[in-house]
Amino acid sequence: MTTWNSWLFWPNSVALSVLALAVLAMLFLYAARKPMHGVIHSVCALLSQSTRFIARWLFLCADNLKLRNQSVLLAHGQENQVTVIEREFERVGNMVRKDMQEFPALQRRMMEEATRIEEDYRKCGEIPPPPPEWVSALQSVAKIKTGGDIPRKLLEDINKSIQKIHDQTVAEFRRSYEERHKILQAMQPSWRSLEKMAGEMDKKMLTLQTDAKQIDGHMGKLQDIKAKDNKTEHALTVSGFVQLAISSLVMVIALGGAFINYKLIALPMSEMVGASDYITNSLKTSDVAALVIILMEASMGLFLLESLRITQLFPRIASMDDRMRQRLMYASLIFLVILAAIESSLALMRDILVADKVSLMRDLASAAPAGSDGLLTSIPMIGQMIMGFVLPFALAFVAIPLESAVYSMRTVLGVFLVQAMRGLGFLLRFTGLLLKRLPKVLELAYDVLIVIPLLIERWVIGMRAGSLGAGNTEDKEISKLRRAA
Amino acid sequence: MNKFLTLLIVSFGMILVSACGDSRIHSHAVYMLVDTSGTYAQEMNKASKIVNYLLATLNPGDSLAVAKVETRSFTEKDIIAKVTFDKRPSQATSQKRRFKNNIEVFAKQVKGSAYTDITGGLIQGAEYLNETKAGIKTIVVFSDMQQELGKGTIRDFPIRLDGIRIVALNVTKLGTDNADPRRYLDRLAQWEASVRKAGATDWVVVNDLENNIESILATR
Repeated sequence: MTTWNSWLFWPNSVALSVLALAVLAMLFLYAARKPMHGVIHSVCALLSQSTRFIARWLFLCADNLKLRNQSVLLAHGQENQVTVIEREFERVGNMVRKDMQEFPALQRRMMEEATRIEEDYRKCGEIPPPPPEWVSALQSVAKIKTGGDIPRKLLEDINKSIQKIHDQTVAEFRRSYEERHKILQAMQPSWRSLEKMAGEMDKKMLTLQTDAKQIDGHMGKLQDIKAKDNKTEHALTVSGFVQLAISSLVMVIALGGAFINYKLIALPMSEMVGASDYITNSLKTSDVAALVIILMEASMGLFLLESLRITQLFPRIASMDDRMRQRLMYASLIFLVILAAIESSLALMRDILVADKVSLMRDLASAAPAGSDGLLTSIPMIGQMIMGFVLPFALAFVAIPLESAVYSMRTVLGVFLVQAMRGLGFLLRFTGLLLKRLPKVLELAYDVLIVIPLLIERWVIGMRAGSLGAGNTEDKEISKLRRAA
Repeated sequence: MNKFLTLLIVSFGMILVSACGDSRIHSHAVYMLVDTSGTYAQEMNKASKIVNYLLATLNPGDSLAVAKVETRSFTEKDIIAKVTFDKRPSQATSQKRRFKNNIEVFAKQVKGSAYTDITGGLIQGAEYLNETKAGIKTIVVFSDMQQELGKGTIRDFPIRLDGIRIVALNVTKLGTDNADPRRYLDRLAQWEASVRKAGATDWVVVNDLENNIESILATR
């Protein structure tokens, strides 16, 4: 109130003082009209140009970043595709090598089977019936010109002999056919074996054909990536998003496992490092120690998978010679087993501590001890021990989704960054456009504040123009002066 | 690059070491005064239950002492049992068992005292609690809060109970309190004023031990 009063010329008459202040302000603003308009123009122009410049720079950066993202994405996609193709070739190579190795044996078996069939075939050739000797005898009898009993007897004898021979011949013929049937029957397994072998070869050829088609597909993708096809780039980007989502989900599940693991060993760790030691106001040393154990297990799992070349987060491990890599693998596996054993024993200790505490509570409450069922009470303990041993190995596999998340995060973040830069660039450009038009609005707003001096000015100019009496040119002059004003 | 990594590891280690403050700051120390004068000696069962509650609630690293209120209580001889629990939970559990046994033995042999020197007990308790350097210090007074000083016992001087919570438990009404309740209310108000003047952080009265026993260690 005191400050307000200090602004009043006549504190007793506020209205008059305010009016005087307004008139003074108006006069000052009228006098400063031209420089103020200049200031408004300059500031707005400066801001407009700056925003436009920054917007242009952002768009350029976004384009560069997009190109960089594209090259990284395509390089990564190409690398993945090459790995897939290499593995496919390796698989096909192994299959072909294996089949080719089997081919001589197969061929030998087929030759043996063919020889056996040939021999059997030869054996079962039809044996011609013995020549009918009695035909020549009949011809001789027929040549005897004189009739009588002799030819008849002869013919009867011949008939008997023929009957006998015929019976013998038919029996022989049947026996030989029976033998041939037996041989043919014995040929059946050989045919089947041959058929089976041919079927196996056919199957293998079909698998080979399918694999070849798959390799063709992968090669096609690789060609698309090399050709920097937009469709392929889009597919790779989408794949990056999907991979990030899936790996995040798996990592969340793994985090759940790690939390259970943490709960399992936090209490017994207090037995080792003390339950009343704190690192910060709310962070217990035993809790941190439990967390460190879990992180060490995850690290050992990571090194194990790296040395097995399942993941490739550390190029130095991937480029190690096989002997060193194998040593690293054994070392990480041993550490992992030791940590798992420690965790298992901690789980056992947890059970003992909990049981001891429960017993104490019962003593303090003067309650009767609970009846113990040996098997039932030991189930949770065994379960905890097994979980303590298994969870570190399960945690080890978190390296796979971690690698996937790391690589896909680059793609996803790149896409978001490009979009953010473009969005910001658009906003700045729009602001620049507004700032370009703003001086006009501000000028008009300024003129509204000093509307009375401006009207007086216009009236004075009009008066001057009237005194000049320039007929038709009057209006033009007035307008000129107005514009100048 | 290697130098940078080394620096990073060293600085992280230093931060970690500097962050490791005195663990005692987080610990809790409780000094329990048990009134054994007159008819109050018969309340030992309740006192044992409270000790059991404290044993169940206190954690490894915490301290607990139980002392009796005698004719002159400013002496270590009146401390029945005292312990600072081991940092290892298994050892702490064993210590709690031994402590419980000591209190049970005392409860069986308790003898009533002629006078009640609560102020002396409070001074002794404050000394013990300050020695423990615990972060949270509590004196639990299991008494009717009727101080009766023997001849030659001087307690009318300012005492120091800085940073200590005072919890009065089971403050029973005397026969005279029933006739004039103002005596009881005045007695409590007087004790509150005196302990707050001595620098106590809190003054709590708990009479409903069945439902409100958690208030003893409420600040944890």
